[in-house]
Amino acid sequence: MQSTALDLSRSPSHGALLLVALTLSICVSEAQAGPGAPSVLATILKWTPLLAQGFALNIAMSFLAMAIGTVLGLALGLGLIALTRPVRAVSWLVTQFFRNAPWLVLLFYCILLMPFEVRIGGTIVPLPGWAKSTAGLALPVMANVAELVRGAIQSIPSGQWEAAEALAFTRLQTLRVVILPQCVKRMTPPWMNLYAIVVVATPLTSIVGVSEAMTLTGDVLSSEGRTELLVPMYLYLLTWFFIYCYPIARATVALERRFQVS
Amino acid sequence: MTLGWTEGQPLIRMRDVHKKFRAATVINGISIDVMKGEVICIIGPSGAGKSTLLRCINALVPIDSGSILVEGQEVNDPKLDKLALRRKVGMVFQQYNLFPHRTALANIMMAPLHVLKRNRAEVDAEARALMRKVRLDGKEDCYPGELSGGQQQRVAIARSLAMQPAAMLFDEVTAALDPETVKEVLVTIRELAEEGMTCVIVTHEMGFAREVADQIYFTDRGIVVEHGPPAEFFTNCRDERTRRFLSQIL
Repeated sequence: MQSTALDLSRSPSHGALLLVALTLSICVSEAQAGPGAPSVLATILKWTPLLAQGFALNIAMSFLAMAIGTVLGLALGLGLIALTRPVRAVSWLVTQFFRNAPWLVLLFYCILLMPFEVRIGGTIVPLPGWAKSTAGLALPVMANVAELVRGAIQSIPSGQWEAAEALAFTRLQTLRVVILPQCVKRMTPPWMNLYAIVVVATPLTSIVGVSEAMTLTGDVLSSEGRTELLVPMYLYLLTWFFIYCYPIARATVALERRFQVS
Repeated sequence: MTLGWTEGQPLIRMRDVHKKFRAATVINGISIDVMKGEVICIIGPSGAGKSTLLRCINALVPIDSGSILVEGQEVNDPKLDKLALRRKVGMVFQQYNLFPHRTALANIMMAPLHVLKRNRAEVDAEARALMRKVRLDGKEDCYPGELSGGQQQRVAIARSLAMQPAAMLFDEVTAALDPETVKEVLVTIRELAEEGMTCVIVTHEMGFAREVADQIYFTDRGIVVEHGPPAEFFTNCRDERTRRFLSQIL
């Protein structure tokens, strides 16, 4: 507990560094600004509501990609430890493919290969860019979660399997009530870590034209047409991501430490 | 499947059991009969195949050849209903293997609830009674990590008993315990034996074996070297290997 408190008191130093950089860059560009131009700070504040909207989309995509990827990854992870060899082999191939493909390539494929609308029953459901991008992000999440699941299951001592087997549990029951509940604890820190990675990967979708925070920052900059805004604006955006992700990273470390003790 | 088995016949009947792990022969033709209500202790040096033999009885480990009948049911039969067999034979392990994410009481209730699909209220009452039986009432809500080794092992015994098995297998259940907690576990097992539970016990506790066993089997290198009732076995064993083993351990 003491070490955690110590770390938390030290943690703002990382954030402070970023804040100093942001303030410094605002001051520098303030100095560079031509006479009569509105202040850099005022410009940033003016566009903040719009950027917040874009950022909300980043968060929404990260949530959805994580949720879909986790559900699929759980199934794929169970496939990796299946008793039948073909299931194992196919799961392994799928996992390796999506783990090792660059995320941007997967994003492009999803944008290009998925239709712009799908017909479910009688209704036509449009598939906007952000939805396809979310699918593109969910694929690597799936593969990474599958690996987490496999690793966690294999880290459970074999005595647990043996005891459950001796009590006449079926394999599926053993997984459901004995093994997987124990895996949740072990998987939580790396899973949170993966989530933080997904969040910072969402700006990739700006390349395929999704109106998230990165795209909107670009739009703002081109409509303002002031080069001195470039550095502070992107630093501002970076700060948003930092403020969101940093607590997750700290919590991950804290959880890891706590689970190590017990 | 239990057709043809009557109480006069051995509950567990092993005949010429063989088991190899790759090149290593672990069990090399063992035959043992266990009658209903009988307590047998299997002793012998490490690596004599004792633990493997226990695992063969409830089909955790398949045998290569020979026959093991449990209530007349052939364990070596490929069509064997393993789950039905394991409901009849409880097993307790050296490392307890309790489920660490559930409380002591929940550990006992899990198999009756999930495997036997029994009513929760009934199972709960029985589990509490079992906790009293192993003298752990008051510890129902403790997690395994909060219990001593001896307490965990007694929960493990209760967990096996909750399936109401016809026989219990004990695999060196005191080997991982502190000396002061060994006794409480042995007392629990002796009480079970006195109640008429059929027990197959692999142990290094000679004093306990002598006290509780109806038959003692000494195994070495995958075979039964010698067996007999404890009084006879400990006082005038014939085989040189048995004598050497006993002199080292007693």
